[in-house]
Amino acid sequence: MLSCREETELMSQRLDRPLSFGERFGLRFHLLFCRGCRATQQHFAFLRTATRAWREHHDVDSIPR
Amino acid sequence: MTQHELSGAVSALRPRLLRFAHLQLRDTSAAEDVVQDTLLAATERAHQFAGAAAVSTWVFAILKNKIIDEFRRRSRQPQADVDVEQEQGLEDALEDQFDERGHWVSHPTPWADPQASLEQKRFWAVFEICISGLPEKTARVFGMRELLGMETEEICKELGLSTSNCWVLLHRARLGLRDCLSRRWFGEN
Repeated sequence: MLSCREETELMSQRLDRPLSFGERFGLRFHLLFCRGCRATQQHFAFLRTATRAWREHHDVDSIPR
Repeated sequence: MTQHELSGAVSALRPRLLRFAHLQLRDTSAAEDVVQDTLLAATERAHQFAGAAAVSTWVFAILKNKIIDEFRRRSRQPQADVDVEQEQGLEDALEDQFDERGHWVSHPTPWADPQASLEQKRFWAVFEICISGLPEKTARVFGMRELLGMETEEICKELGLSTSNCWVLLHRARLGLRDCLSRRWFGEN
């Protein structure tokens, strides 16, 4: 089983490449038991949402300034 | 749209172009230079603007290419000692979040309703402060991935980095930003 540190690497890479079946399975299992990593997963997902919103702002001007 | 209207629409984008370039180039005069080049290129290529896309989309596409050119140029220069130290500083700070077995020293906690932050002007100021606080090389890779929306392979190729090196930098950027936003916005700790 991977450590939390290694799982955060996978959670990051998931945003950049498709994970293998084994990696996805291991990560899902780890997240069941680890609230720190569950929070990290939420944080990483939100970073993706926020950067996308920042980028789109320049085309649609939807972010309050 | 007449030539005259187009050039008016392009000039009106200047403040947004500057802000976009500044966050990524981290240098006012470099940002002004790429924006100037972009406005010039847009004017020269006005006949290429088909009117199918929004003017802003078209101009931002030109700006993005100029920013990538600048990143490519910078990546060929030797890294300054202070940058190497900052990269190491961030790496050490992130390592301290884990014990010797790679487990959390203190568990991160979920952010409450992060979606609501997107509507708040102050959040975006903090967001930009956190990105500006990342070491240069880490910020460059993260910016290309998330602010310019490039694929990881393309970024590695442009900057001459190995794929695993890109992943390490992206991981570091995300942990660093998470830490910064937790402390400065979401009020953890």
